[in-house]
Amino acid sequence: MKISMKVNGETVSAEVESRTLLVAFIREQLRLTGTHVGCDTGQCGACTIHMNGLAVKSCNVLAVQAEGADILTIEGLAGDEGRLHPMQEAFREHHGLQCGFCTPGMVMSAIDLVNNHPNPSEETIRAELDGNLCRCTGYHNIVKAVKAGAAYMRTPAP
Amino acid sequence: MHPFNYRNPKSVAEAAAALAEGGDVRLLAGGQSLIAAMKLRLSAPTDLIDLGGIGELTGIRVDGAGITVGAMTRHAEVARSKEVQAKIPALASLAGSIGDRMVRNMGTIGGSLAHNDPVADYPAAVLGLNATVHTNKRNIAADDFFTGMFETALQTGEIIVSVSFPVPRRAAYVKFRNPASRYAIVGVMAAASASGVRVAVTGAASCVFRVGAMEQALAAKWSPDALAGISVPADQLNSDMHASAEYRAHLITVMARRAVEAAK
Repeated sequence: MKISMKVNGETVSAEVESRTLLVAFIREQLRLTGTHVGCDTGQCGACTIHMNGLAVKSCNVLAVQAEGADILTIEGLAGDEGRLHPMQEAFREHHGLQCGFCTPGMVMSAIDLVNNHPNPSEETIRAELDGNLCRCTGYHNIVKAVKAGAAYMRTPAP
Repeated sequence: MHPFNYRNPKSVAEAAAALAEGGDVRLLAGGQSLIAAMKLRLSAPTDLIDLGGIGELTGIRVDGAGITVGAMTRHAEVARSKEVQAKIPALASLAGSIGDRMVRNMGTIGGSLAHNDPVADYPAAVLGLNATVHTNKRNIAADDFFTGMFETALQTGEIIVSVSFPVPRRAAYVKFRNPASRYAIVGVMAAASASGVRVAVTGAASCVFRVGAMEQALAAKWSPDALAGISVPADQLNSDMHASAEYRAHLITVMARRAVEAAK
């Protein structure tokens, strides 16, 4: 089947099987391997991307379901000359990662979280990140990073 | 996942026509259960009809009788709807407690109801709030809709179009989550409305069910204490590595008391 969608601002068209998962399309056909496959069962959140502005688990979505959609992956976050997105910057600054495998999903999920809760409490962050698992159990710094990232997103650097 | 033919109709009539062609056809709503099942080959349809492009299936409408939610409305939309929050806060908070934020951005009420997972939250809302399920063929009362584990009254060729919820006088949903999976080990919706009191339980048995003895006691007096001494027999309840049937029976009464307290 022929599908086309916008990925990180660019229109892409490709031939896929109907059973192709969105995450497989992103990683294997578009070669955007920043989006990770962790559990492949919709639980761990490592494959989180934004579809039409909303965070979804791309291992639990068919590529054909994203026909015409606006997709944002971790590769699409940074600005000009590699300037990090405020949430990425916060993860860097607060060392919100250990092995880094869950990080792309954490960052994409955290941005969606802040879009819905512009000034989240620690309790809100912990509750609303329940769809993202960090097997290093490095949650403490992740929560700190999300809180800082929320502040940076409210008042972007000049 | 096995290969399948994919179709993407633009109207309910078109979807119904595709469904009527027969074969091993499944409807794809948000896909948060179905795609996972297909990946495990627990489900292997030959044809998949995606309802995601059908505009008439989405949206939340408020009318005199209550709130009508389109079958393809995502959990997150119900959770953040100002209308639902104002008229039936228990429904908004229930929708906001399903799965996680990514699941809620994809999962739909129609998909959840048609799937009728024994631990799903929405069946408790539909049964507890005495909602009506509207399909492309008929209207089905909540009491007639859920017929067993993963089974409903839906017939071949039938598509859920919307669900209408009457506005209760008071209602609350409280669940005891599995600490790892976050699914409901027991979830209870307690509601009082003009048509009476309802107590609906999910997670505890093979299918959502009502607790008549609790409903009668709460109809006489809406108070957690009215439930003292009332429990559901354990012999019909699920028993697994997470909770024994006796523990679930105990939790039903505790969750029901908390729901009544929350719905004061």
